[in-house]
Parts: sequence; structure tokens; C-alpha cells
Amino acid sequence: VCFIPGGLDCSISFVSHVLGKVCIHGRQKEILGVLVPRLTELTKSDCIWQRICWRLVECVPDRWMEAVVLGFVQRAPSADVLSRLLGNLVVKNKKAQFVVTQKILLLQYGHTTAVLQNLLGYLSLDGLRRTLLLRVLQELLETWSSSSAVKHSPAEQQLYISKAILICLSHLKEPEIESCRQELLMSMMEGMKCHLDSSLPQLRRLGMVVAESISLKINTDGPVLKFEYEEDDETRELKSLLVQTPSFYVVPSLPDDDRSGKAGAALPLVPESNEKPHTAAPVMPDEESDAELDSDDDLIPYDMSEDKELKIKAPVYIRDCIEVLTGSRSEDVDKWEATVKALESLVRKNPAATREVSVELAKILLHLEEKPCIEDFVELRQRAQVAVLTTDPIPVAKYLTSQFYSLNYSLRQRMDILDVLVLAAQELSCPKFHGKTKHSGAQKPCIQLLLGSDSTKDWRRIVDERIKSKTRRFDMGRSRVELASRPNEFNSVAGYFFFPLIQHFDRPLTTFDLLGEDHLVLGRLVHTLAILMYLAVNTVVVTAMGKALLEFVWALRFHTDSYVRQGLLSCVSSLLLSVPTEQILADMTEELLETQSWLGDVMEKDPDGDCRRLALQNLLLMENLKKKLEVVPS
Amino acid sequence: MALPPPDPQFVLRGTSAAVHTLHFSCGGPEPDIPLLFSGSENGFIHVWNLKTHRVDSALDGHGRKSVYCVETMSGKDKLLSQGRDQRICLWDLAEGRTSVTDSVFTEHVGFCRCSLLKVAQGRWLMAMAARSLEEVQILELPSKTSVCTLKPEVGAKLGMPMCLKLWQLNCGSQPVLLAGYEDGSVVLWNVSMGKVLSKLICHQEPVMSLDFDSEKAKGISGSSEKVLSIWSLNEQQNLQVYKTHELVNAGISDITIRPDKKILATAGWDHRIRIFGWKKLKPLAVLDYHTATVHCVSFSDHSNPQERLLAAGSKDQRISVWSIYAQT
Repeated sequence: VCFIPGGLDCSISFVSHVLGKVCIHGRQKEILGVLVPRLTELTKSDCIWQRICWRLVECVPDRWMEAVVLGFVQRAPSADVLSRLLGNLVVKNKKAQFVVTQKILLLQYGHTTAVLQNLLGYLSLDGLRRTLLLRVLQELLETWSSSSAVKHSPAEQQLYISKAILICLSHLKEPEIESCRQELLMSMMEGMKCHLDSSLPQLRRLGMVVAESISLKINTDGPVLKFEYEEDDETRELKSLLVQTPSFYVVPSLPDDDRSGKAGAALPLVPESNEKPHTAAPVMPDEESDAELDSDDDLIPYDMSEDKELKIKAPVYIRDCIEVLTGSRSEDVDKWEATVKALESLVRKNPAATREVSVELAKILLHLEEKPCIEDFVELRQRAQVAVLTTDPIPVAKYLTSQFYSLNYSLRQRMDILDVLVLAAQELSCPKFHGKTKHSGAQKPCIQLLLGSDSTKDWRRIVDERIKSKTRRFDMGRSRVELASRPNEFNSVAGYFFFPLIQHFDRPLTTFDLLGEDHLVLGRLVHTLAILMYLAVNTVVVTAMGKALLEFVWALRFHTDSYVRQGLLSCVSSLLLSVPTEQILADMTEELLETQSWLGDVMEKDPDGDCRRLALQNLLLMENLKKKLEVVPS
Repeated sequence: MALPPPDPQFVLRGTSAAVHTLHFSCGGPEPDIPLLFSGSENGFIHVWNLKTHRVDSALDGHGRKSVYCVETMSGKDKLLSQGRDQRICLWDLAEGRTSVTDSVFTEHVGFCRCSLLKVAQGRWLMAMAARSLEEVQILELPSKTSVCTLKPEVGAKLGMPMCLKLWQLNCGSQPVLLAGYEDGSVVLWNVSMGKVLSKLICHQEPVMSLDFDSEKAKGISGSSEKVLSIWSLNEQQNLQVYKTHELVNAGISDITIRPDKKILATAGWDHRIRIFGWKKLKPLAVLDYHTATVHCVSFSDHSNPQERLLAAGSKDQRISVWSIYAQT
């Protein structure tokens, strides 16, 4: 398709029609692949060609406009090329405006960052179009700050919108920011609230980054909002979007990493330590020691071998520890610190003594506050609690589970209870944990659960491994050395850990409502139940646990929080893995069929990607179960 | 084979509170009883009879607020005490009296002990921390007139004065003040002109205590860290670091040099008293008796060298009295 230049007054509408028809049939890539570079060349300096191009796109009939505009936006190498090609199409044509300002930004979310950059850059380059830019920003912020959008839209869409917001912010000029400062502030507050409320850490981080950026823009002087979060590739990329990159050739195919290198943060200037020289050089007068008669030599030193560093001794008996920790002598801070550090090993070395005071010790530890600041206080306390729980499981488990549902505990304490139960269950059920070498291994689950967010990933790995080990059962022989087997100590106590937790979840207390606001704790509870279920494999109560768990899952299956739903799906996985197949099919057939249809629904329609994956995994597990049954001769 | 460290000669009990300050008065001629004055946290000053090892009298003049400095002025009949009630009291103890004759309201809420220097018969100079954060005031006693106020320059950021020592080279010369401050520096002040002669940063942490040997123009300071710092004063009146000594455990509450300048004693937060030779700071002994921080150490002023004693007061409410290196 070539054009003949030179003063001819040609009608391009035919070409527009062709272009439109080709695009609507899905051949945007081919035709625009040729057209766009050619037009870019031609329109670089030639105004006539620019106008021809504009006429071209303007004449495309409305019904094909969307496809054409979309194609151009995706193929244009940079914002000002797009500007040259499309001109003020978005202002003149309603359909184009809708596509650019609404459809691409709010209704779709599959486009790359480069496309967003080009699009929003295009909007910012002309005065007429800037009003559209502001309008776009307002609508994006509305979506970002709406709590239902945060709860229900997929994470990828939220990321996309956040990126768009940041790019818009980078294009705004001072007077424009002035005019909409109030609205920006309000949306920031609203949006921040919804995002921080979410149970998924990725969404919380997104909210924090965007809020920080907005605050940076509207408060050019004075204190700026600053959150504490872990930086990772995503946050760095987002922050780099705030800096306006020069609108030269930014080909969409370039990976995003290149741009993050241009991040505008000024390198912190290391203040040179120009401290004035303090201590003058020590003067060592050598003459003195020679000249004077050393009457010092008459003084014979005494034996000083006992003079060692002062170490505060921790108490050696458990009851002494209790005394120090509940201490009336609050001055003896060193002793308190030494006690906290020594407690776990003392408990493990003296199981009989611990059993006498186990519930009291558990109570003290649950309420123990960090009086002086010690390093690793949280970890030390948790390890001590786990030690107490594993030494005397039944009474302490009864105590802890009853406290979980009691009044006047903080959310943090309730979640601590859950963490301790899980760690203790792991220790009891796994024979390796008793060896001394395994203490390093015990640290890893400790840290993971403290962070809380990674349990789903950990889960997937475990479930995957289990599936692998089950499906290839006929191929692999016993290639691994068997570990020394010990009786599964979790067997006798699994019920005490599990059933009290599941009992009262629907009974709200004045300070604690699992089904209401405290959905974070509900999410953690559900994940805990999944882990307990998983660890209860081969125990006697596993079937009863399975039934109770299935009912619990059924009651909560439509919960709005995606973290909770992920937990529920993990529960189903562990159930399918732990309860022996015959029991499942004997006792729970109808429930399983209902669950299967629910899983199918989740897999297709759930907005959260992780939920869909877990649902798929569960369906696979169920398939495996069925197959196994068919193999076994009846 | 070195001998094990000696035990205390005797231990004085009965203060019922942590002991913060000690002062001997044993220089008097024969019929006079050697005395030890101690100030405690409960506000009492106990006068200990060193022959009977019992309390002769207890002075209550600071409203039950901790007494952290006691000094005698010309013998045991006149006593000066400083307490946390922001007052310095002058006592008349002659002929069995126990009355406060005069007091100075310092308005100082810290713990800086005052320093006395006898300049003439019946006249003393006293350096004390004043109301304002970084200032030291010099008063003349008993008239209580202010001689001068030593203010560090603006922006010096020395912090509170922590310990003071007034001294003069010999009877006629100018009195000078050595002050240790919160920022770890020791400053030499010219009292009559009220300006700084020299400043030396000896420690990273506040200077807890210092003592000075005017004959050798050498001083020593201790702080809350593990280092003892020895510094000297040269002819130009400049302070220079001479040596540092690293301790086993951090924290020194008090340092004092024996009047014969042969040994010095430090009171440590690690419950131990350490004895060093003064000439080369050779560690001589570690006296481990107390069960809590030792707050103060003091050497006696016996005229007979054989009778010399060292006393240490601690948070464990006991005063240990030692006879160590008395033979030299």
C-alpha cells in the first residue's frame, strides 16, 4: 500500500475502510507491522503526511475503530510517534476516546507497561488531550480506592492500574497537581485503607508504593509518606515509573528492567566524616621509666586469674525461671534476659519438671512482654512455647486452644497461638525433629510462619511432592534410605490440637469476630487447620478430623477474602492426602461430590489466580483417587 | 606463684541502703578516734567508729534523698555533704553536735560530686555543678560568694559535668579545675579567668570519675566503657593522652589515687575493686568481695603508713575496708 505524494487531493476513506476491515478480522499485526514503521518514517518531518495519517484513522468507520486504535497503540514505538500518527483522534472521535480512556485502562489489563507509557504519554503531549489525562487519572484513582475493587479484582489487574496511576502522576505538571490536590489526597487515604486491609501481602505492598508516590507528588515540601516494606523487583519497577523517561524510542519489546536502571532516586551523598582529630598521639616518654627508681617494682601483684568477664548466670531450675519471669524484682534485667535465652533448652532437658508446671509456664509465655529489648525476643519466646507444648501436649494444647477463643487477647497473640500449635505439631509428628541436628531445620518453619505469607507457596511444594510420590508409586522403588522410625507422637494428641480450634469459629465475642472484621485471623486459622490435617496422616482420628474439616470448608466456601479461600482449598488438599482413600469413599461420598462441583466452579470463575491453581490441583487429586480405586480389584 | 588476693580486713554493715560516698578522717592525734563517713541512698550520713566498727552517729539532713558526696573540712568537726535534694549542707560536729550550720541550694539535679580546695586558713573554694546544664559554679566557702561561673562556649555540646577536681600546683598559684563531661571529654579550666585552658576527648561515653596527681601532672579518668584513660598536662597547660588501659568488664564508678601516689583504686560496675600501680598502671590486684556495683572507693589519711586502709561502698549496702600494700 503506497501513497503517491505531490499535491493530489486524494480520498483516503477507501484505505481507511480497508484498514478497518483487515484489523477487525484480526490481522492487525500483519498490516500494521508494515504500515506503522512506514508512516512513522513519513510523518517524522512532513506535515502533509501527518495530516494524511490523521485523515486515515479518522475515516475508519466506528464499528472497526476499536480494533484499529488498539492496533496502533500496541504497535507505536513511543508516545510522540503515537501522537504523530493519531493526532487528536481521541478528542474528535467518541469511540476512539472510549477505547483509549476506558477500555484499555479499566476494562483490560493485559497490556505491557510500555504500551501504558505510550498511551498516557500520548495523552499528555497535547493541551487538548491533557484534560483527558486528568479525567483518566481521576477514574483510575476511583477504581484504585474502591474497596470492592481491591477485594474482588485479580492481582494482575490491580498491578496494571497501579502502574497506570504512577505513569499519569509522572506526567502531571505543577498547576494541574495544585488543582486536584484535594481529590488526590482523599483518594490516597481511601485507597490506602482498602489496600492495607487486604490479607495478601502483594496487594498491601502495591497500596503502599502507590500511596507513597501520590504523597510525594502532592507534598513537595514537608514530610512525605513513607512505608516500611521489602523492596523487590516489582516495587522497584513501579517506583521507576514515577520518573518521566524521555519520550524517545521506547520499543515495547524492550524488557522492563532497562528502565528501572534509570530510576531517579539521587544517590545518597555519603557525608564525609570530617571529624577533627580527637585524641592526640599518645606521648610515650621513655626517659621517665629509666630515670626514676622504680619503686613500683616493690609492689608485688596478687593473683588475678579469677578476674574474668562477668556473666550473668541463668537459673538452672524451671521453677526459678518462672519466678524470674513473673518477677517482682523488675530491676534484675540481666537475669530476665538470661532466663529468656536459656528457657527453651531448660524445658527440653527437664521434661518431668516441665510437666509439673506446664500450663503455668504456657500462660506466662503467652503473656510475656518484651521488657528490655532483646534480640530475637519473638523467636526465643516462640521456641520456648513450642518446647513446652511438645513436652506436655495435652494440657497445654487444651489451654492454648481455649485461650484462642477467649476475650481480651490481641490479634497478634491469637496468631501466635496458631503458630505455636503448628510448630509443635510438626515436631511431634516428624521423627527427625528429635535429633539435635534438626534444630537448625526447626528454625526454617519458624521463620516462615512468622512471616505468614509464604505458607501457600510452601504448601504448593509439599502438595506437589506428595502428588508426585503418589502417582509414580508403581515405578519408583525404595531408593531412599529409611529414616529411623519412631512412634508418631502426634497421634495421641492430634485431636486436642484440632477440634477445639474448629469448634467456636462462628461464635463472635465482643473483641473477636472471626467471621467479621478479623478475617486475617480466620485466614491464618484455616491455614493452620490445613497443616494440622496434613500432619495427622496415619493417626487414628484422621477420619473424624476429615469430616469436621469438610463441613467447616463447606460453610465458609463463599468467603470474600482470597487468603481465606486459599486456606480452604489447602484444607481440601490435605484432607485428600491424609485421610485414607477407603475412608473417604466410605464416609464422605456425597460431600465429596458436592465439593467436586464447587471446585470446578472455583477453577473457572474465581478472580484469584492462586485459588484457581489450588482448585485445579484438588480436582487432580480427586481424579487420582478415583483411578486408584479402579486399579484395586474390588 | 602469686598470692590470692586478700580478704577485707573488716566489713561495715548497717547502712540499710546502697552506699554512694565515703570519706576517711583518721589524721588526728592519738586520743581522736579514726572515723569513716559514709553517705547512703536513704539520705543518712553514718559516722563509723573504726575502732569499734560501729556507727557512732547518723546524720539526717537531706530529707531522705540520696547523699552522694561527703567531705571533711579541716578535721572531723566540719563536714560537707551533698545530696539529691539539690542541697549542699555544712555540718558542725564538734563536741558531739550534729547540726547543719549552713547550706547551699545548688539547684543541680544530677549526680556530679562537688570538689573542695583549701586556699587559705578557713577559706575554701568549692566547685559544683550548677542549675544550668553545662555550667560549673565556683563558690567561696564559708562566705558562699560566687567566684565565677564556668560556661563552655556555645555549640561545644559537652553535656552535663559529671565529675570535678579543683587543685592548685602549690599554695600560692592559681587554682584550676579539671572537669569531666557527659560527652567523654576532660576540660581544664582557669578558675580566676573563667576560661578553658585545654580540652581532651578521652572517652566515647560520659566520664564517670577522674583523679589527678598534681606532682606528676598526670591524671586518670574512667567511664562507662571498658577503657581507663591516663592523660598528662604539659608545660603549656595542654592535656594529652598518655596511655589507655583496657578493662575486663565495662563500667567504672569511682577512681581514687592514694595520697602517697603509689597506687590507685577503681570501683567497678562488675562488683570488683581493682588496684593498679600509679607509675605505669600495672595491674596489682582485683578485690572481689561485693555482690553488686561498687559505687565509691576511698583511701584513708592515716599518719602512720602501716595503718592505711582502703574502703569501698557498694549497692549491696556494705562497706568493705581493706588493708592492702600498706607496707610500702
